[in-house]
Amino acid sequence: MAEKVLMKGNEAIGEAAIQAGCQCFFGYPITPQTEVAAYMSRRMPKIGRVFLQAESEVAAINMVYGAAGSGVRVMTSSSSPGVSLKQEGISYIAGAELPCVIINIVRGGPGLGGIQPAQSDYFQATKGGGHGDYRLVVYAPSSVQEMVDLIQDAFDVADIYRNPVMVMGDGMLGQMMEPVEFKEREAKQLPSKADWAATGLHGRKEHHVINSLFLQPEELEKHNEKLQKKYAEIEKNEVKYEMYNCDGDLDIVLVSYGTVSRICKNVIKMLAKEGLKVGLIRPITLWPFPKKAFEEVVDRTKYGFLSVELSCGQMVEDIELSVKGRKPVNFFGRSGGMVPSPTEIANKVKEIAGGAR
Amino acid sequence: MAHQDIIFAGFGGQGILSMGKFLAYAGMEENLNVSWLPSYGPEMRGGTANCSVIVSDDNIGSPIVYDATTVVVMNRPSLDKFEHSVVKGGLLIIDSDLVNREAERTDIDVIKIPAQKVAEEVGSKKIANMVLLGALVEKTKIVKMESLLKALKEHGKEQFYEMNKKALEKGAEYARK
Repeated sequence: MAEKVLMKGNEAIGEAAIQAGCQCFFGYPITPQTEVAAYMSRRMPKIGRVFLQAESEVAAINMVYGAAGSGVRVMTSSSSPGVSLKQEGISYIAGAELPCVIINIVRGGPGLGGIQPAQSDYFQATKGGGHGDYRLVVYAPSSVQEMVDLIQDAFDVADIYRNPVMVMGDGMLGQMMEPVEFKEREAKQLPSKADWAATGLHGRKEHHVINSLFLQPEELEKHNEKLQKKYAEIEKNEVKYEMYNCDGDLDIVLVSYGTVSRICKNVIKMLAKEGLKVGLIRPITLWPFPKKAFEEVVDRTKYGFLSVELSCGQMVEDIELSVKGRKPVNFFGRSGGMVPSPTEIANKVKEIAGGAR
Repeated sequence: MAHQDIIFAGFGGQGILSMGKFLAYAGMEENLNVSWLPSYGPEMRGGTANCSVIVSDDNIGSPIVYDATTVVVMNRPSLDKFEHSVVKGGLLIIDSDLVNREAERTDIDVIKIPAQKVAEEVGSKKIANMVLLGALVEKTKIVKMESLLKALKEHGKEQFYEMNKKALEKGAEYARK
């Protein structure tokens, strides 16, 4: 077992990427994720890899596009307004079917918003963000350790499906320190990049062309169908979630991810003392959304579900699509960088369950 | 059950964040679960700094401390802000050289230490934070003093180790009074 070290979430992201073999990092500073870039700027040159502070987020994502096209592992990192700027590039990368990892350490929005933790980029991350029929795999870790583990997974999944993968944290996860272990991982059998990466002809006659432009509608439709098939595979294979305290008959099941799910675990312990049986579904992949987790509890939960978010109900519709009207879906959230206390959430649960017993 | 939810608060530059870090390292030494969460928001830009540290033998849920078992304050605004956050029966440690009012709460333990003066006697005002941390560890027993010293040795600057050690011991004496 590797030794545990105490590390800030943002720095752990950098180290995890390095250990996953990230060859290039392109970024632009923005609170609350600047430590990712700072860490990479210290470490990458020392080990002969590329760190580059781009002139803008737009430039950074296009550098990612280029590096990914050459087949190396590449990452960029930003926070909400910066990730908005990257959307065009992300859509191109998805269209050109290139693997890369994008970090979003979310802050409150819309607009420049604030710098405190938020989850208000859920729609942007899971429903598109950029233009066109594409999907990102979106991981939502809830601890520094999980962030590290998921970043290593993210590089693998990106390579397997030739698709951009986003790891979405929030300001709190980025700034907090927790003990973390960088586990030795078994090398995964990954598909070769030799048949598409633009690395020079090397005696070949055919060029490898990286492109997202298909002017013939027949051709573009075929391309889209291929992408959709890939996304269906991802939905089948890559769903991740945690079910916490979900055995037996339940009063209410909370649904939350990231930082908030940790607060929900405190709430569950608090309410158990008052005789309420509360479970938690914690999506670890926001896309693909863990629909099947709901099948496991929908018949056993008396008052239905409560989505708890640092946003204004953005996850509710995914929950409703999973529950399919069989039980009520409620919502409680704070926004703008406000983080609810366990008591606030507990009060909402008690309100739904008709008061404490 | 070993568990402490702690808030350290004061001005930027007083070593508020490092106080919390050393305690977190000490907790790790003893295989306890720890989390450290700094303020990084607009209040930081106003010159005040605080951090939440949780040390526990149980899993840590939220890293945010709402109801603190211990609060350490190194200025008046911090006392005003966090005095009400201490749980009943909890502990409030005040640098009485820098805080110009008494605590209002009567349902908690209050330790007042002239930490600036004590630190200066030891060698430098800059280590007043260590005086207060010494008192915290002595009073709460959340980690052993040896673990804290080990954390200091491994993660602190070596040239300050002896001075920091003395400061911790001086603080511990105040907690025993």
